[in-house]
Amino acid sequence: MTLLRRLFDDRAFATGAVIAGIMILIAVFAPLLTKLAGQDPTTFHNELLDSARGGVPIGRFGGISGEHWLGVEPGTGRDLFARVVYGARVSLGVALSALALQLLIGVGVGVAAGLGGRYADAALSRLTDLTLAFPSLVLAIALLAIVPQNWPRPLLLAVVIALLQWGGTARITRGETLSLKTRDYVAAAQVSGAGPWRVARREILPGLAAPVLTYAALVLPSNMITEAGLSFLGVGVRPPTPSWGQMLSSATTWFRADPMYVFLPGGLLFLTLLAFMLVANGVRRVIDPRQSEVLR
Amino acid sequence: MIGYVLRRVAGALLVLFGLSVIVYALFYLAPRDPAVLTCGKGCTPERLAQVHAAMGLDESPVAQYGHFLQGLVAGRDFPAGPDVRHCPAPCLGYSFETDQPVTKLLADRLPVSASLAIGAEILSLAIGIGAGLLSGLRRFRFLDRVVNGLILAGYAVPVFLIGLFLLLLFCVRLQWLPFPQYVPLTTDPLAWAQNLLLPWTALAVIQSAGYARLTRAGVQQTLAEDYVRTARAYGLPERRIIRSRALRGALVPLVTLTAIDLAAIMASAVLTETMFGLPGVGQLLVGAVNQIDLPVVVGVTLLTGFLVVVANAIADLLYAAIDPRVQIR
Repeated sequence: MTLLRRLFDDRAFATGAVIAGIMILIAVFAPLLTKLAGQDPTTFHNELLDSARGGVPIGRFGGISGEHWLGVEPGTGRDLFARVVYGARVSLGVALSALALQLLIGVGVGVAAGLGGRYADAALSRLTDLTLAFPSLVLAIALLAIVPQNWPRPLLLAVVIALLQWGGTARITRGETLSLKTRDYVAAAQVSGAGPWRVARREILPGLAAPVLTYAALVLPSNMITEAGLSFLGVGVRPPTPSWGQMLSSATTWFRADPMYVFLPGGLLFLTLLAFMLVANGVRRVIDPRQSEVLR
Repeated sequence: MIGYVLRRVAGALLVLFGLSVIVYALFYLAPRDPAVLTCGKGCTPERLAQVHAAMGLDESPVAQYGHFLQGLVAGRDFPAGPDVRHCPAPCLGYSFETDQPVTKLLADRLPVSASLAIGAEILSLAIGIGAGLLSGLRRFRFLDRVVNGLILAGYAVPVFLIGLFLLLLFCVRLQWLPFPQYVPLTTDPLAWAQNLLLPWTALAVIQSAGYARLTRAGVQQTLAEDYVRTARAYGLPERRIIRSRALRGALVPLVTLTAIDLAAIMASAVLTETMFGLPGVGQLLVGAVNQIDLPVVVGVTLLTGFLVVVANAIADLLYAAIDPRVQIR
């Protein structure tokens, strides 16, 4: 437990962890929270909009009231609290599932390249280089635009992000595997007759946990940025499913009349990303003190 | 050296080949027929067959890809009604949507994206190197903190969020600047720069911190080197030591990073362009993707892929050319 204590001694990490934890809780309990507020993310409330001013919410700060805690969406009158809370679900859900897939592919390829023979290593390393050299945002846009509209979008987003961005994980895993391979205990296992599968599982994987998790902590916020970007461009989750990136995209047409509508999804996205970055940085500082230069 | 260059070129071509195959394959797996869109409502089967033939969609996917490659290298002919129109190399075909040559569409849009990327890169470098030198040479705690904060922001904030914030601040609240609207450099250089100022700033916020950190580390590291101590021992003035010794050592890693980042900006320009309404290559892609305009999508993907690959190769070569310690194998 000393590791956790050392982590939480770092004020920046503690702040980040608390905020990130709250965001995860919000995402998990989104239905409960909206029920508590007595709202849902898809009901239109035209009576709350000022049609004379083009559909801007009536009242101050985007129509904040006892019923609509964070106001309503301009143009539709949908409850913003409910939309933001469900948006957290999309943002974190997509980023986490993409991360899980990325780790699966990246660690698999990396370990195979590190332990495999010369040709397997060369082939897998070239494959990794190839994916790293692709303009992944451009490819993701093309990919997402052509799949049928009725496929489950959040899952699809996670798969696309993972398929296009596992190269970094694979590269790091390969490097770590190569250095672990030269350790005495791995040689001992090989000499005593352990097959490659057993070596990978029992000797290499435990040693990979620290470096790979440190890297994964950085990948998570990067996935969130990608999701928000794709939804911002209109190829991410489809309406009426709310997402922060999508809200920001529609905010670009409203931000002169209703600035509140920009600050809500934008501020939440920023806060969440910042929190996860602080967590990633704290983890790295404890696990790998030499590389803790990013933030002091 | 020549062998190395050749191998780099071969690798780059392989990446581009893979990219084009993937994009092509994607569109054949797509369950939508672009000819139906082009043909429009009240489309008869005969007319649809004609459209298929004109678009080259009546051939097998492999044959179509073959023709595509042929057009890229040697140009190709397209049937257009009774006539044939020739599309000179490098031919990327004609847009399904507007019937213009894709190469022309790309050439029209590229200056916008290039203006965005190059300007942003220069601004980022200026801010980054300036801040990095200041905090590396003088150790201002305050500046260190600003740089660290920017680094965090660079990692944690998407460019469109910064863009939205800048627009809100400078165009709506303070009204210092008009809403960006692209003006070509050749029409009015001043208006060009004024309209691109916010997009450049948005990208610089994200990028400059990395340069600042690199410069700071480089300066601190080189000032601790033996040859700097030797120069000091010989009584060289501090100013000259900094200018001729420390700066050079610090700037080497920046050169390669610049090449890579330029490509990265181009590859993710679609977000900045959409945010600020700039009619660049990225916007072309977003529009084309929604219309299943295959030739345009393939063209944009290949062009961005090409830029990324070339920039990476240049970065490697520059690195080897500048730093004699790097051995080319």
